[in-house]
Amino acid sequence: MKIREIQSLLNAEVLTCKDSLDRDVRSACGSDMMSDVLAYVKDQAVLLTGLVNMQVVRTAEMMDMVCVVFVRNKVPTDDILALAEAKDIVIMTTSERMFDACGILYEAGLRKGD
Amino acid sequence: MPAEFFMRQDSEKVTDMSDVLRLRFDVDGDDFTSAGEASAEVKKKLRQLGYPPETIRRVSIAMYEGEINMVIHAAGGVADVAIFDDRIEIVLTDHGPGIEDIELAMSEGYSTAADAVRSLGFGAGMGIPNMMRYADYFNIESVVGVGTKVTMIINT
Repeated sequence: MKIREIQSLLNAEVLTCKDSLDRDVRSACGSDMMSDVLAYVKDQAVLLTGLVNMQVVRTAEMMDMVCVVFVRNKVPTDDILALAEAKDIVIMTTSERMFDACGILYEAGLRKGD
Repeated sequence: MPAEFFMRQDSEKVTDMSDVLRLRFDVDGDDFTSAGEASAEVKKKLRQLGYPPETIRRVSIAMYEGEINMVIHAAGGVADVAIFDDRIEIVLTDHGPGIEDIELAMSEGYSTAADAVRSLGFGAGMGIPNMMRYADYFNIESVVGVGTKVTMIINT
């Protein structure tokens, strides 16, 4: 699935790295607890979260994730966006709630990582 | 013993006369938003040096959890990283409160972190278990009232 499709499925607004929407992603994970993201995922490309702080982008960076989706209309601050831009991570925000956002992407074929 | 070099987070490059590259970072304990900068720097360096992605990820995550721990529990500390051909050694030293029951601290789900830390996405009692999961060698020495030293080795 391309990042562009995630944007379209979740009716999301892309806030960083708008040139990277054709990147392919296969796996995702949804969590507000970054330690769980660091513990339970191996090869994940997309992080869905309701948590908004710098450590979300740092966590994505450490995990080699390429896209972060903030659910429930959460809007990250400029410093968060700047870090994501520097690390080449696509940030988008959607009005969907966590459960629905994950369900929509799952239905469309995204799965947990290997 | 090869000479050790001091490296600030923003410095360019440190090379050593021997085959080992040593990096040292001050981990700022006052600023949660900057936690992870040292790990990000190490990740960048390992990428430049061409280490395998899986190794880089294990080093990054283990060190990142350690960095977060130093910030939330010990008001910061020092991270020493030694990069060898066959392994990466990470030593995290702080002068925080120390750990009373190390065995308990090593178990999943146990945490002494404040609720404020949990609202930041950490403090779920997964820090040390995650470090142990990703490191090939893990050792923790702690003296209450003196501080804690975590040593991790990740083989390449």
